[in-house]
Amino acid sequence: MTPQPLLVVDSLSVSIGDIRILNDLSFQVDRGEILGLVGASGSGKSMTALAIMRLLPARARLSGTVRLHGEALGTKSEAQLQDIRGRDIGMVFQEPMTALNPLMRIGDQVAETVRLHVAVSRSRANAMAREALDSVGLKEDHAAFDRYPHELSGGQRQRVAIAIAIVLRPALLIADEPTTALDAGTQAQVLVLLRELVRELGMGLILVSHDLAVIAEVTHRIVVMQEGAIVDGGTAEAIQHLRHPYAKALLAAAELPPKRPALLERAAPVLEVRGIVREYPRKRRSFWHAPPKFRAVDDVSLTIHPGENVGLIGESGSGKSSLLRAILALERAQAGEVRLLGEAFSTAQGATLRRLRRSIQAVFQDPYGSFDPQWSVERLVAEPYYLMDAPPSAGERRRRVAAVLEQVGLAPADRLRYPHEFSGGQRQRIAIARALITEPAVIAFDEAVSALDVLVRAQILDLLSELSSRLKLAYLFVSHDLNVVRAIADRVYVMQQGRIVEHGPAVSVFASPQHEYTRALIAATPHFQAA
Amino acid sequence: MTARTVRGGFVLGAASTVTFIGMALLARFWTPYDPGALDIVHKLQAPGWHHWFGTDQLGRDVLSMIMAGASNSVAVALLSVVIGLVVGVPSGLFAAARGGAIDEVIMRANDLIFAFPALLLAILITAVFGPGSVNAIIAIGIFNIPVFARVTRGGGLALWTRDYTLAARMAGKGSLRISFEHILPNLVGLLVVQGTIQFSLGVIAEAGLAYVGLGAQPPTPSWGRMLNDAQTLTALAPSAALYPGFAVLLFVLGLNLLGDGLRSRREQ
Repeated sequence: MTPQPLLVVDSLSVSIGDIRILNDLSFQVDRGEILGLVGASGSGKSMTALAIMRLLPARARLSGTVRLHGEALGTKSEAQLQDIRGRDIGMVFQEPMTALNPLMRIGDQVAETVRLHVAVSRSRANAMAREALDSVGLKEDHAAFDRYPHELSGGQRQRVAIAIAIVLRPALLIADEPTTALDAGTQAQVLVLLRELVRELGMGLILVSHDLAVIAEVTHRIVVMQEGAIVDGGTAEAIQHLRHPYAKALLAAAELPPKRPALLERAAPVLEVRGIVREYPRKRRSFWHAPPKFRAVDDVSLTIHPGENVGLIGESGSGKSSLLRAILALERAQAGEVRLLGEAFSTAQGATLRRLRRSIQAVFQDPYGSFDPQWSVERLVAEPYYLMDAPPSAGERRRRVAAVLEQVGLAPADRLRYPHEFSGGQRQRIAIARALITEPAVIAFDEAVSALDVLVRAQILDLLSELSSRLKLAYLFVSHDLNVVRAIADRVYVMQQGRIVEHGPAVSVFASPQHEYTRALIAATPHFQAA
Repeated sequence: MTARTVRGGFVLGAASTVTFIGMALLARFWTPYDPGALDIVHKLQAPGWHHWFGTDQLGRDVLSMIMAGASNSVAVALLSVVIGLVVGVPSGLFAAARGGAIDEVIMRANDLIFAFPALLLAILITAVFGPGSVNAIIAIGIFNIPVFARVTRGGGLALWTRDYTLAARMAGKGSLRISFEHILPNLVGLLVVQGTIQFSLGVIAEAGLAYVGLGAQPPTPSWGRMLNDAQTLTALAPSAALYPGFAVLLFVLGLNLLGDGLRSRREQ
């Protein structure tokens, strides 16, 4: 007798109102198997996960069957389903901060799941919680049980979420973008952890992700979704041979080959950073002593030449953002100097500072927080005109905003709309337009594509590469995502604990990293070579 | 509460608020009788055709007094909210924009005001300047300052973490300009909600101060003093307290429902 598959989804469809969200999905998951569910945002991946758990919005209508251990979940009552969720099916969500209760010790949160589902004593539940925390790498000797979510890093919080999901040894675990909010090193650790748990506990795992590179790394089989339907699939080894055009597009977007041969210009640098030090006061230990200092950026120097794209790589907490703020003269450095176009920028004041700011602009990480929701696109894009001593007249301003919107691939008429009317990718285009309006020599990007979906990310990177070549723009591209930096950068700097540990042409740093930290970062990054 | 009951409450609250404010405005120009005119012959009449809400112990028309009292109540509550906004909002914006020691000083000063009981403050002001509506406005207004300062600072701090403030700084704008161009406009909704709540608290406070004799002085009509008068007449005319009592109740309830409705609309 062939063993019965753990989960069988048979012609599952979901509609809300007249709109079909999921269309006739069929797939199965065996014990000890990892199934990757891939697709761009809006493809219905998350909805599939929710449909399996029967956690759909009230107005949704569902047809088809979902069988766990051969039993149809559709015939169960809500009370029975509540019992199954958490005990037989565990779930891990994308955002590790919001999934946890900030007011409860993490151990109690894990134990709560136990006691909701099985009748055990408090001490037994606590013991199980300790065990689960231990198995996700949050060891007892670090007093993991007694900590609160805010005391943990993003990766640790995701480990807690996983501990909650696996504490009752569910037969099936559904992980919805579990590593998207994490940086490369942490992502690799969480993926390895998930893979080991699957092997140890013989669970089935459905890993939902938009990132084909992540999926290829850990899954056994993949299913590619587009607009609520399965369009392609196969074993993970055969990932290079996906035939469907959409699957190919996803694949190409995940590969991110370098956009252009490295430009190694040796003209006078546009931006020179020399010996920057950023220190923050730490919590003081006693009233009488000066608070100890934390050195976020320790003696960092870097240069950017005209038209050159420079990448700055590092994990979260490595001091990238502090360095960037010092470079942008948003915060003062304790030591060191930033020179822009040969002039002192970091110490500039008043009119000089305003004049120099026109030459360096920035695009920030969060496409949703980068715009005042009450301002029209035209007003937002034109905001840097405040730096001009004689800003253009209203008519001229309108013309130039329209022109710059066209440059970033938006319609000139979009200037009259408001940010909430645009998608994440379109918003980053608006942010780029805003950075271009004063015709700067350098644009800094702070994780500017990290929040975007793979396909959109690839499009934005294409746009950036094209703009850089055409307008001779220099970029400082700060990111924790090595694949992105490799795609765009001519030269890279690698930052660890506030110091630059390695730098050089992107090609050679990625091909033969010298510093062990760089090697570890590269090893941790899921990627695959083009076939 | 479900979405529907909140929406229903919003409509009821808006209707009640509009009615009372309309009544207050109307009373500025016209009331059925002069609310101060004594008519001892017709004292303590039951509600009827000539006097819809009856008359009080001095023969004054109760409906006219309620209308004129609404006018006084709205004026006091509104002006005290204005005082709170004018002083509290800029100090909250400034505290959020500058942070550090300036923030500490501003917010601790606000704590000091907040910790001071409003009634004690009113007695103090009355002791210095004598009782009256203007002093009630000042006392309630001062009490409103730290409330608006805190709301503005809290909301402002949250908005300062948004990247658009960084973008504005990249455009060379200083923290004060950003406060007024980006922070304040995005706090308007929050302040309207808080303003509605403070308005309702102002109505209660005004009635309370007038009740203990620290608010509006005769002949200015006031719901609080009507309640006080009614208290001495409990044996003779037990229903005398109903009209001003219900006026305060309905107005404050309406304002709170309106505030809740506005809040849930903002959160959608």
